[in-house]
Amino acid sequence: MSTATDAESHAVHEHPPHLAHHFDTEEQQFEADVQGMWLFLATEILLFAGLFCAYAVYRAHHPEIFYHAYKQHYLSVFWGSVNTALLLVSSFTIAAAVWCAQHNYQKWLVWMLVATLALGSGFLVVKYIEYSHKIHSGLLWGTGFNPQKHGHGHDDEHNDAHDEAHAATAHADEHEGDDALHDEPADAGASADTSAEDQLQWVYEPGGTGPRGLLEPGSAIELSEDEQVRNVQTFFGIYFLMTGLHGLHVIAGLLAITWLLVKALKGHFTAAYFTPVPIVGLYWHVVDLVWIYLFPLLYLIH
Amino acid sequence: MAEQATHGSHQHDDVGHHVPLWLLAAVLLVLLVLTFITVGSVWWIDLGHTGNLLMAMIIATIKGTLVALYFMHLRYDKPIIAIILIAALFFVALFTIVALIDTGQYQPDITDYRAVDPDARSAPLLQLQQ
Repeated sequence: MSTATDAESHAVHEHPPHLAHHFDTEEQQFEADVQGMWLFLATEILLFAGLFCAYAVYRAHHPEIFYHAYKQHYLSVFWGSVNTALLLVSSFTIAAAVWCAQHNYQKWLVWMLVATLALGSGFLVVKYIEYSHKIHSGLLWGTGFNPQKHGHGHDDEHNDAHDEAHAATAHADEHEGDDALHDEPADAGASADTSAEDQLQWVYEPGGTGPRGLLEPGSAIELSEDEQVRNVQTFFGIYFLMTGLHGLHVIAGLLAITWLLVKALKGHFTAAYFTPVPIVGLYWHVVDLVWIYLFPLLYLIH
Repeated sequence: MAEQATHGSHQHDDVGHHVPLWLLAAVLLVLLVLTFITVGSVWWIDLGHTGNLLMAMIIATIKGTLVALYFMHLRYDKPIIAIILIAALFFVALFTIVALIDTGQYQPDITDYRAVDPDARSAPLLQLQQ
């Protein structure tokens, strides 16, 4: 590289072209850049911590909801695993891109960045498949939770009962007088097709849905299989918030890598100056790190 | 190192540590194997709800540590970087644990005197029969 040798030749008297005046050495400048990025990443970790905290609190007190969501195959372990692999490999390719930049392999740097972009885009495509499936199946947060067809051994009647139960919960005030008469037979009908395998290992009292009235301690009423797990919509509230915030970070990371790619194609990164590559790389690794925790927490619940 | 001394700070290879490519590839391989173990453990290993959660978190932490140490060069960086990360994680833990303790204090009250709606429980089943 002619520029590199130029820089080398007059570096004794002046300074390398990329060295800012307030730094003594390139190494000092690079370390300051890296340290600044890590400070930002610390705030990113704390940003996600809010959602991880919400998850921890909700799962600690309502584990049956998370177990139920897993048992019902609401989330696809297959697609989750694919996405984990995609992000892990992309994390490797961006680390390899840093290596290429360090060794001045500009052509390979471009290819590693392209590979990272492709893998990251693949992650988003899988997320799109998952999200659209959830939207079509009514697996959303709040009143949007209205599971319709997830097709895992539940016939239509069962699903109808499920739907109506939720519809009725939403309009609880409308059903005042016509209660308690046919409780027992209806209960049996709704849970008859639930296989033994689906039965929960424990029975937690479900959380309340609204300030309708208070049950006296010890006077627990009999609950059907479905009713033992209420407020599953909260799982999807947590799911969409966590994966959504993570997805935004993936998009931001891909934009940053695109910027790197443009600069790399113009030949801006040489062994003399490539700081943006490891800086963006650090960001991308944090995106990967968050997913490493999200995947078992959301998709793999025993 | 000798090269560093003779050429001074403008020697380009001085900036950042070079993690060899084979090591990066080896880390990737370990990460993928650990992912496979995590997925498989849900079906093959039964340590109970808490046990499996704990195992999944331990595996995730091993994976995260590998990513941080080698992909993010943490192992070769100055200690201040590790201090920044550990401080962030410390506050995450503090935040979560205090929130868990606090909400745990109120949980018995919620389950004892929870809001119930017996009407809504029977009403949809009644509709089914019609």
